[in-house]
Amino acid sequence: MSDNDNIARRKILGGIAGMAGVSLASGVTLFSFAGAKEPGDAVTSKVRWGMLIDAGKCADGCDACVTACFKENGIGSTGRPESDPQWIRKVEVRDPKSGATKSLPVMCQHCAEPPCVDVCPTGASFKREDGIVLVDKHTCIGCRYCIMACPYKARSFVHEEITDQKTHAPRGKGTVEGCTLCVHRIDAGGTPACVEACNDTSGGAMLFGNLNDPMSEISKRVAKYNTRQIRADLRLDPGIRYRGL
Amino acid sequence: MAAGSKITYQEINASPGFYLGLGIAGLVALTGLAAAYFMESNGHHVTGMNNQIVWGAPHVFAIFLIVAASGALNVASIGSVFGRTAYKPLARLSGLLAIALLVGGLAVLVLDLGRPDRLIVAMTKYNFKSIFAWNIFLYSGFIAVAGVYLWMMLERRMNKYSGAVGLVAFVWRLCLTTGTGLIFGFLVARQAYDAAVFAPLFIALSFALGLAVFLLVLAATCALDNRPLGDDIVRKLGRLLGVFVAALLYFVAVQHLTNIYATEHHGVERFILLEGGVITALFWIGQIILGGLLPLVLLFHPALNKARSNLYLAAALVVLGGLAQLYVIIIGGQAFPLVLFPGMEEKSSFFDGVVSTYSPSFPEIALGLGGIAIAGLIVIVGLKVLRFLPASLQGERR
Repeated sequence: MSDNDNIARRKILGGIAGMAGVSLASGVTLFSFAGAKEPGDAVTSKVRWGMLIDAGKCADGCDACVTACFKENGIGSTGRPESDPQWIRKVEVRDPKSGATKSLPVMCQHCAEPPCVDVCPTGASFKREDGIVLVDKHTCIGCRYCIMACPYKARSFVHEEITDQKTHAPRGKGTVEGCTLCVHRIDAGGTPACVEACNDTSGGAMLFGNLNDPMSEISKRVAKYNTRQIRADLRLDPGIRYRGL
Repeated sequence: MAAGSKITYQEINASPGFYLGLGIAGLVALTGLAAAYFMESNGHHVTGMNNQIVWGAPHVFAIFLIVAASGALNVASIGSVFGRTAYKPLARLSGLLAIALLVGGLAVLVLDLGRPDRLIVAMTKYNFKSIFAWNIFLYSGFIAVAGVYLWMMLERRMNKYSGAVGLVAFVWRLCLTTGTGLIFGFLVARQAYDAAVFAPLFIALSFALGLAVFLLVLAATCALDNRPLGDDIVRKLGRLLGVFVAALLYFVAVQHLTNIYATEHHGVERFILLEGGVITALFWIGQIILGGLLPLVLLFHPALNKARSNLYLAAALVVLGGLAQLYVIIIGGQAFPLVLFPGMEEKSSFFDGVVSTYSPSFPEIALGLGGIAIAGLIVIVGLKVLRFLPASLQGERR
């Protein structure tokens, strides 16, 4: 019964996504990727979505990526910064010996071995075949164990009622959330809002693409340059890589 | 066995003490439920918890109760598994207390969830790689096993099975506390956790807390219900408590010494042991001195341990020390910032690199105390309706 409902719902959603895909294809084809799935196709592990962030190009004080993310996903401030969710933030890293600083965005690192998924009792915290780590808003019970487990401080708990939600980014009081890599855009052939904003208005420090495709720009750069993953010692294999750290 | 059959068990009387206990526990439990409702309807921003400290006072109380629950069952195990007949008259109360404490702890844990209305999801969808999911089975199984154990003890014709069931219960409780300790032991992300020692540490903590709570409940019940309680049994329990407290201090020493040896953990150890403000004070004054060393003196000093009041004081101090210890582990472990870039200084609008502060709010404490009250209610009602406690614990062999 519920399976039938799900299939019916999926067909309708597939149709809507299909229409969105067509309208996008006729207009903006700029951001479609080799490996981007057709609407209605299942997500496969042939794709591993990832990001390469060039700390050398990321300007100190610029937060275009943060602003774009918050706007895209309807994240506002309540004036209580300690309990406000943050899906992405600019972290200033300073070497205490030399005094040298770097500024870089940190968000969910979309690990291949995500600790948040390991610890979630209900399986609400899950990883898609294409490497995107998400929270199922219907099965999250709000225990916050994933927040305890995440080495990147990438998850937030929603502490109060949310108004003005975006339909593509459902959020809910009492559940945990984090960067979705703008999965709604990716599934429609687009790029995450942070990457788009960084390219449009800032230094172009963020590159998004398919790490499993050797011909993709991100794979070529990862192969060519020395890149790093944050807390690589934990062997979680994050999909977000950094250059120039 | 023969000694066990001579014991006369009796329900407690409907004395003013009974009604007073029932009234206070009921009131505190209701306040706890109201606090939970307040937190759920407003969202957790009305608590002291935030996105820096996501587990707060409710978790301190909940884990205290869960850990104490598994330890409270030890008294029964010592009687039926390890064959110490002196403890047998206490076995039934031990089982009842274990179930009551666990139910109280789980109530707090569940009522603090962001979506307690989704408890059914937690009961039907399992991720078996999650220690939390294992714990759901370990906790509900514990209640079932302890329940069967009680049945074996209460039902005369089933008495012969109580040894075997007691053994299962003992092994189960060791697994349960291991599971609770590993909630922290399995957290690779945080400097204060990620250590296997949390499993035996929590087991030692449960032995000490469970026995301390048991001793206090036993003393209070006997006093309020005018039942004789012999020096012999109290002194036995006191000595045992001393051994458990010493074992706990040993594991605490191992926990911190291993961290102090590894340079990468110096930051978090300096925070907990030296520079953590409230956390450091709770560690040294609450956990170590008041909760560990002072009870050891009271329990083992030949002049001091003769006074029964000193033994009860020691038990109360162990309880407070346990609460302090869990506060240090849970709050202190989160207050120390995550290390994203080892060796570097970090700064951000999301409080990277900053020690977080936490002050528990009234609703959180009310919810935690509510859990204790729920456990109290179960014990009081249990003692009233069934024969859990002998009419006299004066002791026969004088």
